Amino acid sequence: MEILINDFSPGLFVVMTILFLGLIFLMVKFAWKPILSSLDERESGIKDALAAAEKARTDMQNLQADNEKMLQEARAERESMLKEAREIKEKMISDSKELAKVEGDKMLKQAQVAIESEKKAAVADIKNQVAELSVAIAEKVIKEELSNSEKQLKLVDSLLSDLKLN
Amino acid sequence: MKKVLETLKTATLLFVLCFSLQGFASSDEDQNLEVDTKDEVDAYIQHHIKDAHDFHLFSYTSNGERKHVGFPLPVIVWSSNGLATFMSSAFHHDDDGKVVVERNGSSFVKFHSKIYELNAGASQVEFDETHHATNADKVLDFSITKSVFGILLIGLFMLIAFSSLARQYKNKSIPTGFGRVLEPLVLYVRDEIARPNIGEKRYRQFTGYLLTVFFFIWILNLLGLTPFGFNVTGQIAVTAALAIFTLVIYTFSGNKDYWMHILWMPGVPVLIRPVLAVIELAGALVIKPFSLLVRLFANISAGHIVVMSLIAIMFTLKKSLGVVGATGLSLVLSFFITLIEVLVAFLQAYIFTMLSALFIGMAVAEHDHDHEHDTHGHDVPDAEDVRGDFI
Repeated sequence: MEILINDFSPGLFVVMTILFLGLIFLMVKFAWKPILSSLDERESGIKDALAAAEKARTDMQNLQADNEKMLQEARAERESMLKEAREIKEKMISDSKELAKVEGDKMLKQAQVAIESEKKAAVADIKNQVAELSVAIAEKVIKEELSNSEKQLKLVDSLLSDLKLN
Repeated sequence: MKKVLETLKTATLLFVLCFSLQGFASSDEDQNLEVDTKDEVDAYIQHHIKDAHDFHLFSYTSNGERKHVGFPLPVIVWSSNGLATFMSSAFHHDDDGKVVVERNGSSFVKFHSKIYELNAGASQVEFDETHHATNADKVLDFSITKSVFGILLIGLFMLIAFSSLARQYKNKSIPTGFGRVLEPLVLYVRDEIARPNIGEKRYRQFTGYLLTVFFFIWILNLLGLTPFGFNVTGQIAVTAALAIFTLVIYTFSGNKDYWMHILWMPGVPVLIRPVLAVIELAGALVIKPFSLLVRLFANISAGHIVVMSLIAIMFTLKKSLGVVGATGLSLVLSFFITLIEVLVAFLQAYIFTMLSALFIGMAVAEHDHDHEHDTHGHDVPDAEDVRGDFI
């Protein structure tokens, strides 16, 4: 302790205090302030850049997810459209088949009706012709039969004989 | 390749540093066989760790005349007759109070690196048994001593180096050259010392001081390891000034909580509070700065003494080990001790700065946490209280 106190030089203490005070002020003004603010600036710049990169990454991810979603939707839509088209096609085919069948049936029926009526007309026509023909034949036969009196008398006789039998 | 080259450069520098120190000492001792007994070595070391009024590089004897190589520094003293200034060469390298310098009607002598003003009529300084001058008074010595010279040198170096680093940031965000060495050191002090100890909120305010203290102590410690023989951070006046700077800063930036914990400790019985206040006041105003100043002073002085003692092995053990043995032993030991001293130079700067930051941090800490109370209503000590106990 004695040596410590003896070694202590008040003059050096005063000089050191003054010089060091000056050094602190000069260093703070010309070195530490600009250095620390530059470092802070740089660090905040790095931080911002990192945050921006992170944001860009998430944005990209979102975008990709959106794209994926849109693709999915488009695919689903295509699928449904195809399905719909197939359904429509099938429906159309079945519809036209139905229609054709109905139309055919109708035509068939009409044809049958027409055939029937034609047939009826033809039969009637034949009947008439047969009747006319038979009358004509009968006329000719009668005319032939009754061309002389003998034959007429013979006929009357046969007819009368038939009557007798009855 | 570049890295290897850098490493090689550093190693060479270290080597040169250690061995030039050796060379300095040995050339001094070998050529004039003045310092070769243990007492003389002791005296030489005592002389070295003290401040000096001239910049002395080495001495030698030629033709029986002692020659000194170095340059004088200005002496500025406040005597009973006012200010007196002269160059230290006026003492003609005398350190035993034999040469009397007359200035402004006062007579000055230099004895063991201290300047005394002789009382009227005295022609030579005389001492009693307790080494107090009987016929002379110590004067207020504002001289540009070797330490002041070192402070000025390092202050100038720091200003130039760091303001050039600051200028570099104007043009680019990443420094080049020497600035690339300095930037991580600045970041280290800011991120490892200031920020964790003071806290995110207020660290910025004190970082300037901490940076200045750290680099000042570290560079001066390293300068002390060079053969120029500076011992600035081993001067108790210098470490005292540094410690008082820290004391002033944490005393004046202490908040209400800090003073509350010192003067009227919450959570203890009222009767104990005044006792605690005395202890806390002594701790804050005396013990903390005293521990700071003595730690730095003692470590650096001890380092210098150990290195010089190991160098002195070269001639104190010459008789028992032979010239080669003594020189070899001294070389090996002092080489490794010097390496350790390089580490100590950094460590002491770190510890001083760290403790300063810690003390400031304790003074400005915001106690938004209330002390946790256990079931009996007693305070449960938290980490901060425990940390405080160890400092």
